[in-house]
Amino acid sequence: MPQFGFSISKPRAINLDTNDQVPAERLLQEVPELKTCIACGGCTATCTAGNLTDFNFRKMHTLVRRGEYREVYEQMDKCMLCGKCRLVCPRGINTRAVVIKIKRVLGDY
Amino acid sequence: MDKRVVIIGGGVAGMQAALALKERGAEPVILEKEERLGGKLRDWHRLFPTFTPAAEVLEPLREGIARAGIEVRTGAEVECLSEGGAVLRGGECIEGGATVICSGFDVFDARIKEEYGYGIYDNVFTTVDVERMFNEGRVATAQGGVPQRIAFLHCVGSRDEKVGAHHCSKVCCITGVKQAIEMKEMFPSAEIYNFYMDIRMFGPGYEELYRRAQLEYNINFVRGRISEASQTIDGRVQIKAEDTLVGRPLKMTVDMLVLIVGMKGGSRNVAFAGSGGLTVADNGFMQPQDSFLGNVSSGRKGIFYAGTVTAPKNIGESLNEGVAVAARVASYLGL
Ligand code: SF4
Ligand code: SF4
Ligand code: SF4
Repeated sequence: MPQFGFSISKPRAINLDTNDQVPAERLLQEVPELKTCIACGGCTATCTAGNLTDFNFRKMHTLVRRGEYREVYEQMDKCMLCGKCRLVCPRGINTRAVVIKIKRVLGDY
Repeated sequence: MDKRVVIIGGGVAGMQAALALKERGAEPVILEKEERLGGKLRDWHRLFPTFTPAAEVLEPLREGIARAGIEVRTGAEVECLSEGGAVLRGGECIEGGATVICSGFDVFDARIKEEYGYGIYDNVFTTVDVERMFNEGRVATAQGGVPQRIAFLHCVGSRDEKVGAHHCSKVCCITGVKQAIEMKEMFPSAEIYNFYMDIRMFGPGYEELYRRAQLEYNINFVRGRISEASQTIDGRVQIKAEDTLVGRPLKMTVDMLVLIVGMKGGSRNVAFAGSGGLTVADNGFMQPQDSFLGNVSSGRKGIFYAGTVTAPKNIGESLNEGVAVAARVASYLGL
């Protein structure tokens, strides 16, 4: 089969009309204070895993809240549950619990 | 010296200035272009961050003005300044020993941001429309339905080179948070999204209200400016933005899109500057003498400012300037 050098790109847009928000809602029920995240990035900045790999914890939990779960479950495996992120969060979010609950609610994905 | 003080504009700053001047022995006269005192606040329902009804601020001011026997000229539109006061439309001159300009701001005309379809699509509204609906006691989509999804867009007409506005209107972030909460109270099952570039919570209790909006009212805050809106076949509004926090485009359909419109300098400012030897700042508001000790002075003898004529301000700040200007005018008049 000759290759013609073109392919079809998957749409990258987050579509809030079609995304399944149920896992996101379950996560926010378990850790309601995550709703107060102001995306300061403190958690990501302090995260050892994030400094050594492409793991970005802030981005991961924001994606989950938008109903985007692809790759998040695997990404969360990079977390070592050290809890450093929780020490710096200015909104007092139990970020370590966020990690665990994301794994739990995304178990099916 | 003439104890009469000409106050241009009968909004909260003008009314407060008149009351404070009267207490100091001056004879203020308020020139108000509308038929009633109150300025922009007449169209507002409740005030941030405490949800205080606007009437609780307006009524005591109006009653105070009536009780003090302060002269009020309604339907009196000021065309320009004269040597010692103001010239009304029709040519009448009202003069005194000093003039206080409290003519406020103009609301940004959302139709200018055509890409959001205000005045074109059925379900695009402004924060001013929403206050009117709250006052009427009924919020509904153009089709008469209960909105299940509402998006607010911050910074419409502010911080936007495309409309010639570099400034931040300051009070609209908290207005957007307040209205989002009020909508959620009216429609508890509705999903509400606020699209923002920055969240600027400058006043006491504002950041706390923002936090409550997130935690208790489940308002979703998405950092990204909506780039365009379009009407769907069933009359809803499809919006596109970037969710800049994850670096991906985002799209969704909403039942109502509310544009959080900003403040611009008053349309009379250029005429005031030309006739009174005053300066209009680059942002379109009047330029006070300086930002500190002379913030209610114009730099011209006998001409003063109070309220949003010089910059976006909240109600409390405008009220304070009413008192501050009275002190400055009284010492100028030797009272
Ligand atoms: S608990 Fe996980 S996400 Fe938090 S700092 Fe440690 S490795 Fe990073
Ligand atoms: S430190 Fe807290 S507030 Fe900041 S991004 Fe992380 S979870 Fe959000
Ligand atoms: S207060 Fe908020 S919405 Fe208003 S112009 Fe400033 S940043 Fe934009």
